[in-house]
Amino acid sequence: MALLEIENLVVEFDTASGPFRAVDGVSLSVARREVLAIVGESGSGKSVSMLAIMGLLPWTAKVTADRMDFDGTDLAKLGVADRRKIIGKDMAMIFQEPMASLNPCFTVGFQIEEVLRVHMNMDRRQRRARAVELLEAVGIQEPADRLGSYPHQMSGGQCQRVMIAIAIACNPKLLIADEPTTALDVTIQKQILDLLIKLQAEHGMGLIIITHNMGVVAETADRVIVQYKGRKMEEADVLSLFASPKSNYTKALLSALPENATGKRLPTISDYDPEAAIAGATS
Amino acid sequence: MRNVVLEARDIVRDYHIGGGLFSSARTVHAVKGVTLSVEKGRTLAIVGESGCGKSTLARIITLIDPATSGELFIDGAKVDIARGGLTPELRRKVQIVFQNPYGSLNPRQKIGDVLGEPLLINTGAPAGERRDRAMTMLKKVGLEEKHFNRYPHMFSGGQRQRIAIARALMLNPSLLVLDEPVSALDLSVQAQVLNLLADLQDEFHLTYVFISHDLSVVRYIADEVMVMYYGEAVEYGSRDEVFSEPQHSYTRTLFAATPRADIDSIKARLAAKTAA
Amino acid sequence: MAHTSALGSVSTDPSRRRQIAEFWFYFSENRGAVIGLVVFALLVVIALAAPLIAPHAPNAQYRDAVLVPPFWEEGGRAAYPLGTDAVGRDMLSRLLYGSRYSLFIGVIVTSIALSGGIVVGVVAGYFRGWVDTAIMRLMDIILAFPSLLLALVLVAVLGPGLTNAMIAIALVLQPHFVRLTRAAVMAEKTRDYVTAAKVAGAGPLRLMFRTILPNCMAPLIVQGTLSFSTAILDAAALGFLGMGAQPPTPEWGTMLAEAREFILRAWWVVTFPGLAILITVLAINVMGDGLRDALDPKLKRS
Repeated sequence: MALLEIENLVVEFDTASGPFRAVDGVSLSVARREVLAIVGESGSGKSVSMLAIMGLLPWTAKVTADRMDFDGTDLAKLGVADRRKIIGKDMAMIFQEPMASLNPCFTVGFQIEEVLRVHMNMDRRQRRARAVELLEAVGIQEPADRLGSYPHQMSGGQCQRVMIAIAIACNPKLLIADEPTTALDVTIQKQILDLLIKLQAEHGMGLIIITHNMGVVAETADRVIVQYKGRKMEEADVLSLFASPKSNYTKALLSALPENATGKRLPTISDYDPEAAIAGATS
Repeated sequence: MRNVVLEARDIVRDYHIGGGLFSSARTVHAVKGVTLSVEKGRTLAIVGESGCGKSTLARIITLIDPATSGELFIDGAKVDIARGGLTPELRRKVQIVFQNPYGSLNPRQKIGDVLGEPLLINTGAPAGERRDRAMTMLKKVGLEEKHFNRYPHMFSGGQRQRIAIARALMLNPSLLVLDEPVSALDLSVQAQVLNLLADLQDEFHLTYVFISHDLSVVRYIADEVMVMYYGEAVEYGSRDEVFSEPQHSYTRTLFAATPRADIDSIKARLAAKTAA
Repeated sequence: MAHTSALGSVSTDPSRRRQIAEFWFYFSENRGAVIGLVVFALLVVIALAAPLIAPHAPNAQYRDAVLVPPFWEEGGRAAYPLGTDAVGRDMLSRLLYGSRYSLFIGVIVTSIALSGGIVVGVVAGYFRGWVDTAIMRLMDIILAFPSLLLALVLVAVLGPGLTNAMIAIALVLQPHFVRLTRAAVMAEKTRDYVTAAKVAGAGPLRLMFRTILPNCMAPLIVQGTLSFSTAILDAAALGFLGMGAQPPTPEWGTMLAEAREFILRAWWVVTFPGLAILITVLAINVMGDGLRDALDPKLKRS
């Protein structure tokens, strides 16, 4: 049975210039122990759909779906309080800007222990021990000393490690990583991706990686969903996506990679006509 | 015939972080003696991770900030902005395109004025001529006449970057510094902007200094590559030399960390995963 | 030229109209702000049309009608709808004319404080260093005094009168604009478009006033509206203390001061000027709130 199953998700925003449909009928499912990558460019609705599942969108958003099941519970039917019990515990998320996602006023240790206090019913000593254990798991040196550090005393890569520690603190069944390495340097990106995959395998989590970087997809995913302007263009396992992409849009994305350049000029999206690609996908 | 547009000798830039109430003053060496030269019509790519000093170097080359020491020659003429003597003529020769297309255009300025401003400041060209030249340049970077009177917020990131490139070219510079010009853009738009840059280089015989952290882009666009690490140039050579035989261990680390999107490496990864 | 302007009007219009439409969308979401705007617009109309709608001249004294109550009270007369004061002047007419003074004070004081504050603030924020330190310490000193007290002292030095009161209030309000401008300029100065203009060869004056300043206007407009009401309030207070507009000027604060001794015998002579001040200030303040909602991008929802 799939861990997360979404059918026909639609998200609409109420804006000054009328309603705007950010996600238009996306369906997806993630199994336990599976790494799903959602890839798309800005405005493809890849982040919005995940925020909608987490219930983290502002009140101006209208979320509808035919089905929204997580681990056997229907998310749409849950009240705010019940939903909060799942979010952060069984379903956790990490974001693009590690510095901005940590509260600069509190120590790293406090922020890790806060999650444990809210969700796990541990006493003070257990929490501290678990926090040290978590920092060690995400590869931070001298974890016991580091608990007292503030976010600004750490580098971007270390902050992202702490965010991951907070996310896996309650042994979630599903981890959603929204552009987890976009703000980081390549060498740090490599370390963070390796860490995520290692933790995913160890804990048997479902992992959704949202990214715009085809390289990240190639290095992490089992299965890939390609989105464009709120719609799903293609869904395939990683090897067949790269070896034989079906939709025109995916072909365009892959050929726009500079490393695949054959001549002096790079082929661009307009050479493939994305609007025609959409028409092809919907028909 | 060697026609060197940009030459920098032993450029050093130190920042003094002033001693506050509770801390003593200290000096940060952002750039530690970088030497480089670029010939006309060529592209030098400067690669490095955040904090390696590549943007500081870009600002020195663009004559925005002075170097602490070292010599800088533009078109053979020695420039030292710390001692003044930055003539409008020299100012015109080096222009820059920034990384963030959302911050580099004045939100209260129409596109026509964005492009006309450099001419207004530097030349005595009348309004009609400024307008015509701006319009020509707008079309050259792939935008249309109807965009002339619009404000920046009405454009996408890629279009804004085209406008920023057009503005940089208004004064016919000989050297264009591109500070991560495609890092904030989507993949497909990145390809379009890279194509545009290649076309413009051919047409105007431009010399590029291309700052980037993305090795795949660098490999595509550069003639020569310099790798910077903590303010030092650890690797400097032609593209093929650097990519085929990296000398410094940091360069090798950088190459190894770059994600690979080719089918063989995906196969290898999946095989390793099933074996584990 | 004709070609240019035609092209300009065609292609700018939609953008300008859309900007206004968007502004109105956010502004109208705050219902209080819309009410404030309506009240303020009404005030402007009243001030402009005061000679046409006022039933009497503001300073005409009717000896036969001293301290006549409003028309709905016993002994009230329809000729004096809101009653008359101690020397037989029609309250309604005086109030209508008084709105002219209040708006005039608001406009003049705000423009002096705004223009002075902007110039000083831009200079401080752009040059930093000792210029900045000197300017900001001076502003801190002004801010350290209770504003009304400082205005009083200034008027005492300059001599009582409406003009001097306005100068004093403008000086007292100025530091708020200086601080706001300086902070905005410092934030904008580091943006890439400023560097780009510098690389294009723009000099400091152009950078300060053509490139940076237009992008700092939103908070200044909001502060301007709020200062408008403060100016009216301070002017009324100075008038009440006898340091502002001098009798027989129908300025609301001065009217209050003149009516002080009749507060127990004739409630209407103090209530109506007080209400006029209250309504005006309240309307402008809620309008300022709405402006902030509409102009501050941080408060906008996506």
